Amino acid sequence: MLEHRFGDYGGQYVPETLMPALAELELAWQSAREDEGYWAKLRELLRDFAGRPTPLYRAGTLSERVGRAVYLKREDLNHTGSHKLNNALGQALLAERMGKRRIIAETGAGQHGVATATVCALLGIECVVYMGVEDTRRQRPNVQRMELLGATVRPVDAGAKTLKEATSAAIRDWVTNVKDTHYVIGSVVGPAPYPALVRDLQRVIGDEAREQMLEREGRLPTRVVACVGGGSNAIGMFTAFLAEDQVELVGVEAGGEGIETKRHGAPLTVGGRAGILHGSRSAVMQDEEGQIVEAHSVSAGLDYPGAGPQHAFLRDSGRARYVAVTDEQAIEAFKLLARLEGIIPALETAHAIAWVLSEPKGDLDLVCLSGRGDKDLAEVLGRP
Amino acid sequence: MSAQTLSGVERIAEAFSATSKRAALMPYLMGGFPTLDQSLEIGEAYVQGGADLIELGVPYSDPLADGPVIHEAGTRALAAGASVGGVLEVARAISSSVPVVLMCYANMVLAPGAEPFVERLARTGACGLIVPDLPVGEAPEVRQACEAHGLALVPLVAPTTTPERMAMIGAQARGFLYTVSVVGTTGEREALAGQFSEIVARAKASTTVPVALGFGIGTPEQARLAADAGADGVIVGTRLVRAVSEAPEDPVAAVSAVLQGLVAGLER
Repeated sequence: MLEHRFGDYGGQYVPETLMPALAELELAWQSAREDEGYWAKLRELLRDFAGRPTPLYRAGTLSERVGRAVYLKREDLNHTGSHKLNNALGQALLAERMGKRRIIAETGAGQHGVATATVCALLGIECVVYMGVEDTRRQRPNVQRMELLGATVRPVDAGAKTLKEATSAAIRDWVTNVKDTHYVIGSVVGPAPYPALVRDLQRVIGDEAREQMLEREGRLPTRVVACVGGGSNAIGMFTAFLAEDQVELVGVEAGGEGIETKRHGAPLTVGGRAGILHGSRSAVMQDEEGQIVEAHSVSAGLDYPGAGPQHAFLRDSGRARYVAVTDEQAIEAFKLLARLEGIIPALETAHAIAWVLSEPKGDLDLVCLSGRGDKDLAEVLGRP
Repeated sequence: MSAQTLSGVERIAEAFSATSKRAALMPYLMGGFPTLDQSLEIGEAYVQGGADLIELGVPYSDPLADGPVIHEAGTRALAAGASVGGVLEVARAISSSVPVVLMCYANMVLAPGAEPFVERLARTGACGLIVPDLPVGEAPEVRQACEAHGLALVPLVAPTTTPERMAMIGAQARGFLYTVSVVGTTGEREALAGQFSEIVARAKASTTVPVALGFGIGTPEQARLAADAGADGVIVGTRLVRAVSEAPEDPVAAVSAVLQGLVAGLER
């Protein structure tokens, strides 16, 4: 069984045209995930092509500074520079199984787009990536990478020209080309079965980290921290620890210019009425009438007014808590981690680092270093 | 019989059976576009121009089922201050002339709650509701509210809909069955009429309510071919919204001209 709902969240709020494709995808995933042949192929690619397992690194200087041990799960060392490849590889192999000859994806920061373009180059599948015009500007190196890999990048000019509109454009493409196209959604969002499928493919992060932590410290972390846009690296991390009540789970959202300014990307932190965005019911930034409100974040990957339905469920159940970090704090953490540890994190990841830096308490933190920050240099260094 | 004594479901049925055209003509009106007042004038022009029913769209920030023309119109309507309350006033004004079926995305229907939303809609005299991103599996709450208020919850079927789903959706359809003629979002397309017969036949076999064909129908010829294929109704959206966009100085004349052609295409 694949979860369609997490408590009251999730579901399938999509045009009827897509319903058969969602059913087909669900059946394909149920069959693939029982198939040792599928996993053998995926494991081989994750090892030889992606470079997994990624290291668990004890950040010595950072640990000293905050007065407790902080370990970083180095997804930035995954091929293509982020955790996104784990999901893209798994879904592309699934698309192959389903006989789909064309793959589409949405991207914000460009990390998921690059991962998908990479896998499509590897497997020889046509690839189209939707990206907001604003994001093609602030994440220019990733546009160039995708094009070099043979993907077509379609700039999306609607709305705020960021991740929300890119996702909508990808869904419209899928509605039109559903017969031969697979939509590789990049996070634990979207209609069922996507949140469960992407979770299954990203849980490798937490599974590895848990084993590595037990080897190194002989115990579980007391706290697991990850940034949350849609929330795939966070769910990937959290899943291995969900059953361990003593492990605190913290998701760090984009506080943007400050929660009080309403220019942020922190629907889980802010709370309020749930809503429907991109096919599922979850925490959503919306107005009284149900119009979706534009998000804001310096980090393109967190600049999204929704979050995965499982996160909304984990928040309500009290199993995980969600906090927000501002643009300014994230940029500071971005620069600080470079100096302290010789690691330039993605701006998305810098939100998780910023929270760890500002949190006085704790004992043994495990943080998902979800991606590398090369793509963000121009954006950070170009700021006044 | 006066409109007041009939339920929304009954008024829709009457509109389909009473039309003198080969198929009922259902133009789509984007509420609040270009402005609220103008959208009301355009709606009145639809009535004068031979509309048997009107599909009234509520502009939405993230319309996943719509192509670029209707998306852009919705964005402009919102920028001009469109609100649910305003669009419902248009529904109220037009409902006295022809049955109005509201097209509204799921998040806006569920924001106040299904029952309060439908209750408010019913008070305007509107007859039905189309929620393009609410497949039957997610619809029980909205369906129940519509039934309680005598409104038709009109479901959609697509060319990709499987026979099993078709039977289930057809059985739950009230008012009419919105039959999507193409795999894709709303928008004008050339030469797609070849598949109309099969699509309409499949829809008719699944339901007892009228079958209305929509998405991609914009010309008198396409309307005629839809009627030839046995469609009980023809829905025209993007062509009319585009006419409004292209003639900001006189949108009423522009839509009236388009309607005239469509009515001619549906003449017996």
